[in-house]
Amino acid sequence: MTLEPNGGGLVPGKFLTASDLGGEAATAPRAEFKTVLLDQSGAPVVPNGSLGHRFTPEDEGSWNLDLGDVTPPLSLADLADTNESVEVLLPRFDLPPEAGSEHAGGSGVVVRGVPVRRVAGKLVTTVFDLLLAQYGVARAGLPGEWPSGYDDPTTPGTPAWQEEITSVPAEQAARLGREFADNAERSGGRSMILMGAGTNHWFHSDTIYRTFLALTTMTGCQGVNGGGWAHYVGQEKVRPLTGYSQYATAADWIRPPRQNIGTAFWYLATDQWRYDGLPADQLASPLARGVFQDRTTADCLVESVKRGWMPAHPTFSRNPLDLCDEAEAAGKEPAQHVVDSLTDGSLSYAVEDPDAPENFPRVIDIWRANVLGSSGKGNEYFLKHLLGTESAVRASETPEDARPRDIRWRDDAPIGKLDLLMTADFRMTSTTLFSDLVLPAATWYEKYDLSSTDMHPFIHSFSPAINPPWQTRTDFDIFGSLAERFSQLARTHLGVRRDIVAAPLQHDTADVMATPHGVPRDDLPLIPGQTMAKLIVVERDYPNLAEQWKALGPLTAKLGMTTKAVTYRPDVEIERLARLNGTVASGPFAGSVRLDSDKRACELILAFSGTSNGRLAVQGFRELEKRTGQRLAHLAEDHEGAHITFSDVQVQPRSVITSPEWSGSEHGGRRYTAFAINVEHLKPWHTLTGRQHFYLDHDWMEDLGENLPTFRPPLDMHRLFGDGRPGTTRRIGGPYAAQQTEVTVRYLTPHSKWSIHSEYQDNLFMLSLSRGGPTIWMSAEDARKVDVRDNDWIEAYNRNGVVVARAIVSHRMPEGTVFMYHAKDRTVDVPIAETSGQRGGIHNSLTRILLKPSHLIGGYAQLAWAFNYLGPTGNQRDEITTIRRRSQEVEY
Amino acid sequence: MRVMAQMSMIMNLDKCIGCHTCSVTCKQAWTNRTGVEYVWFNNVETRPGVGYPRGYEDQEKWGGGWVRTKRGRLKLRSGGRLAKLSRIFSNPKLPGIHDYYEPWTYDYDMLINAPRTAHTPVARPKSLLTGEDMKISWSANWDDNLGGSLETMQDDPILTKMSEEVQAEFEKAFMFYLPRICEHCLNPSCVASCPSGAMYKREEDGIVLVDQDQCRGWRMCVSGCPYKKVYFNHRTGKAEKCTFCYPRIEVGLPTVCSETCVGRLRYLGLVLYDADRVSEAASVEDDKALLQAQRDIILDPHDPAVIEGARAGGIPEDWIEAAQRSPIWKLMQYEVALPLHPEYRTMPMVWYIPPLSPVVDVVTGSGNDGEDARTLFAAIDKLRIPIGYLAELFTAGDVAPVDASLRRLAAMRSYMRGVSIDDVRDERIANAVGMTGTEIEEMYRLLAIAKYEERYVIPSAHTEQAHALEEMACSLDFEGGPGMGGAGPFGSSSGPSVPVAVENFHILADRQTADRPSTPGRVNLLNWDGNGDADGLFPPTGMTEVRTPGKPGKRKEDG
Ligand code: SF4
Ligand code: SF4
Repeated sequence: MTLEPNGGGLVPGKFLTASDLGGEAATAPRAEFKTVLLDQSGAPVVPNGSLGHRFTPEDEGSWNLDLGDVTPPLSLADLADTNESVEVLLPRFDLPPEAGSEHAGGSGVVVRGVPVRRVAGKLVTTVFDLLLAQYGVARAGLPGEWPSGYDDPTTPGTPAWQEEITSVPAEQAARLGREFADNAERSGGRSMILMGAGTNHWFHSDTIYRTFLALTTMTGCQGVNGGGWAHYVGQEKVRPLTGYSQYATAADWIRPPRQNIGTAFWYLATDQWRYDGLPADQLASPLARGVFQDRTTADCLVESVKRGWMPAHPTFSRNPLDLCDEAEAAGKEPAQHVVDSLTDGSLSYAVEDPDAPENFPRVIDIWRANVLGSSGKGNEYFLKHLLGTESAVRASETPEDARPRDIRWRDDAPIGKLDLLMTADFRMTSTTLFSDLVLPAATWYEKYDLSSTDMHPFIHSFSPAINPPWQTRTDFDIFGSLAERFSQLARTHLGVRRDIVAAPLQHDTADVMATPHGVPRDDLPLIPGQTMAKLIVVERDYPNLAEQWKALGPLTAKLGMTTKAVTYRPDVEIERLARLNGTVASGPFAGSVRLDSDKRACELILAFSGTSNGRLAVQGFRELEKRTGQRLAHLAEDHEGAHITFSDVQVQPRSVITSPEWSGSEHGGRRYTAFAINVEHLKPWHTLTGRQHFYLDHDWMEDLGENLPTFRPPLDMHRLFGDGRPGTTRRIGGPYAAQQTEVTVRYLTPHSKWSIHSEYQDNLFMLSLSRGGPTIWMSAEDARKVDVRDNDWIEAYNRNGVVVARAIVSHRMPEGTVFMYHAKDRTVDVPIAETSGQRGGIHNSLTRILLKPSHLIGGYAQLAWAFNYLGPTGNQRDEITTIRRRSQEVEY
Repeated sequence: MRVMAQMSMIMNLDKCIGCHTCSVTCKQAWTNRTGVEYVWFNNVETRPGVGYPRGYEDQEKWGGGWVRTKRGRLKLRSGGRLAKLSRIFSNPKLPGIHDYYEPWTYDYDMLINAPRTAHTPVARPKSLLTGEDMKISWSANWDDNLGGSLETMQDDPILTKMSEEVQAEFEKAFMFYLPRICEHCLNPSCVASCPSGAMYKREEDGIVLVDQDQCRGWRMCVSGCPYKKVYFNHRTGKAEKCTFCYPRIEVGLPTVCSETCVGRLRYLGLVLYDADRVSEAASVEDDKALLQAQRDIILDPHDPAVIEGARAGGIPEDWIEAAQRSPIWKLMQYEVALPLHPEYRTMPMVWYIPPLSPVVDVVTGSGNDGEDARTLFAAIDKLRIPIGYLAELFTAGDVAPVDASLRRLAAMRSYMRGVSIDDVRDERIANAVGMTGTEIEEMYRLLAIAKYEERYVIPSAHTEQAHALEEMACSLDFEGGPGMGGAGPFGSSSGPSVPVAVENFHILADRQTADRPSTPGRVNLLNWDGNGDADGLFPPTGMTEVRTPGKPGKRKEDG
């Protein structure tokens, strides 16, 4: 790591790369993405396996983790002739804000020393040395501020220091750490962190995740069965990934698909941005160099979209079909036309003006999701701005001086942007309640489908026990019927059109080398795929959409299928599928493989995935062998002839085949564990260094003070948004008691043990085995403060909305925190709220979307957008609420 | 010695996650009917807690089970048959519906057919008893996870025996789930309470059942059962109870609750016992001696004399062999399993392995190693509070057997850690609890990794006994069987007896058409099997109504 001057001292800077070394190393292709380490003599070495080796033809065979005879010292102090050390400044966020500048939040700097050397004229140290400094591990002879021992609470990083924040006793933390490491050592890495949804629903979830990864990596637990990190939320593994992606994105017909980041889409579509105004610079490090100066997090989103880091749809201020027509009229290539129009200002991005009517989402089609009863943070904003129904938004809009700089403010906020909400579901959910059209859907016992998960290595089938009853249809039939009708209408209304898709800089492609050293530049022209999104023209044959949907398109054979930078050629599979499924008899796509039934679509997915088709797994590994120079194909060779068909999985669930689509191995009957192939077969991780990262050197990470995993407290909603202060009570008097008070508490919405989101808990049996409606768990202490007894009706409110629920008072709840279990629908036992005069809300009536800038970074190594992998999270755990007892006479 | 076979269950409480899958699947299979809406043959209660029905363990109040007279004989706590007959029309010992809970549904119709209103429509709760609006204030599992602990904890009959200070400490430190079904007692007080002789214990496998023909609805069994595991069907006016899923057991299948248990914590198998010594064992003077007395009448299935006796008693060879392979026998042998409330003197046959995890939690919470045998042993010695509570549940207050069980579980934990981490088999740990390492490993196998066939060792019933086992005796061409249709001439409780499988067929067929919605438009899709039509799903206009002709047959569970 290089060290750079900043704030009157030195701070950790960028990874030293081959481009810094000068000479031959610097002229090698992609030298700025080839990171450097030192050998035992202190000489710089450019090891194999970094991003710079991943895509260049010259480096074929060297994208691997084989260090040869180089043994890099973890610390420079391990080198005999290191005799220099310097102080580095490290940000900290555990301090209370200074009096008079509360708005700026609490942060500061801790000064700690690291051993250094000079390499290629630069002052350098190692990541490990920086980590020790970050975590306060004192070593003799280093300057700076160090703890006197584990029991020293005065400086960050010690067990005693954490005790003051977490209340976990210092000794217990120390013992846990020791046991974790000791067990890892004795068991060969079988220490594991098993987490649920909890940690990733915080605003700063990424720092928590990185801390877990640091711990499991330092103890050698990654890639070990029984060790590492079992994350158990929202990271569903589609085992047959390649086939699934072909089918789900119609990649056999058109590439690329048009995708989106849900969090930001809803943030803008529901106008939550109008109330947010979260100043990005208040999240910044005291050592920040101004990346976030005078900007809100919404402005960061605009920058991210403009740079092509994250996808956004609608993308431009004009219809992309029209943009193509315009280009044609002007005799230009559509991409050039878009670049020119953006440059001269005649075209802008939709994110810059989300309240312009042309940028509203108009029609939303929801397929078996419950955005209005479960997942959507900021429910009341959805109701108000997207649907225009009754809503209980209590916040006022951001005052003029705090509004986003780069988003156009329209004084009249749109109410009810949406024209049509259509939902296909088999349950009455809050979402179907609000839908204009509900398409009754078949359940999983009434259709053919496939299922797989990260919890086990099997592929399951769904097979109908009965036919879809009454008017219900399978989702396959629903999409098919919609496609048919759409195609008919398209003959008159749309015809065949050209469309231009703005595709973000994509993970696992050479796009991720768009930002050398993680320094975004403003001095470059618009170059699609480098300084902005890729602009790709596709043809949309709207009148034939339904026919295309029922047949395999030509692109699979022509271009192959690429998953995580490995391209599969399913030539044999297409022929076999043609025999299995039959071919289209007539029409424009005669001769194509038939995909006109759910079972046939399942066959495609199974035939086109390495996990279910050994030939493709071996083929993929062979390709990866070329790139890595490592032996890999043997992991799947014993299954090379195996092809799991739909009837196979109907007979019984089938264990998947080890495939380069995933990082674990099932070879020899072993159970899947992530990263086994990386650890055991020296296949690099898909990162800048090719290794697991403790350090991230993107400019934005530096300005956030999060180069290294660091402690960041929950957002201070009181300071940032003027909400109540957790732990305070306020006398309100009122109709039920002269002395009535309300209490402000932290508001958590954990997953409940009796549901998968809103599903299952609303079954009458389960309601009879619980409290039969929405409840909020609170501590005995908090209940006492506001005169609430068990099962009393209470109201919880904050700036986002109001909830009416019954209280469950329990000793098990800690004072100062309440739970409302995630996803209690608005369907049963929700009375009218006194606070709003309207129907009480759901758990997400008290939450809203908050964007963290670090989640918006793209175009740089592992910090690049990937569908369902990397993008801004929905987070809601930092929220607080105020609770009061209400009239026990409730009205519905 | 009179050797008899008993089908029994053991539940390993460390593994229960309180998911209620067992309750729901049981209810769906057995009590998803009118008249028994409030009935859960299987329920799972959070402990400490008041249980279901509320405070059922307070025998001062409910008078269930047996007491020993001064002369050393057993009598029903609620008095003999005469005393009971005198109370036949006003039984003060009978739990009221509110001791269970008032079952409810919701005004679901509002979600579909609400008139135009200012507010979003919502379904409000309606009583299933009165059809009126209600505020839900108790349920089948109200104090789940210590919810409402402040209001209810003082009513936990076990905790009331302990000091207040202990109570407060207890709630913070200690919580576990207790799944419960009927105990299928060797000395069932329900059977003894019944004035009509409608309750009986099957000779073949000891399952306790209600003869629906004989039952006159006196409800003496409800008050007589100290576990409150007989229920009153308010539609038929008859008693119903957990059947140990005998139609499944007879064909070698585990009970529904066991089959579906998420924690895989239930074990099923036979034990052989000496029927001649049951009353003697149930009448030992000291409550605390009851556990040993019950253990003493359980017979060693490998003992040649026992095998001889079993043969003499007509127990088939494969049943004897099943008794030898029985996981129940093994777990009883290891002395890790304990009966629930032996002091009720009914000789219950669903036993429990007490939870060690609360002890481990306290140990690790205080900064110590929760897998070190010595630390755990010391904690078991020291943690009088949770152990006292467990002793009140499982050993009439005697802490020694609970200690012994927990010490063996602790030893297993630390012995096995030695095996898996250090590859060391430390016999000293095993010896400290009176076992050998091999025994510990066998016990570990049974408790930690036993597969289906090892957890459930169920010999199927014999056709030569078919005369006694109703379910097997009947083929489907039975009169009133599928296709025959119709109930007895005087409604559903008249006419010839109907095997349960046949009856279930009819009930299912009937449910989907005949379930009378408590609120207009309510459709019970839970009952609907995809055939036929259900009332109220669509407006009648233009729809042809299809009805399945099936009607429920008469209910009879005996042989
Ligand atoms: S537990 Fe079962 S067998 Fe025992 S007394 Fe109660 S109902 Fe009868
Ligand atoms: S199914 Fe098993 S784990 Fe779940 S509550 Fe019942 S006994 Fe416990």
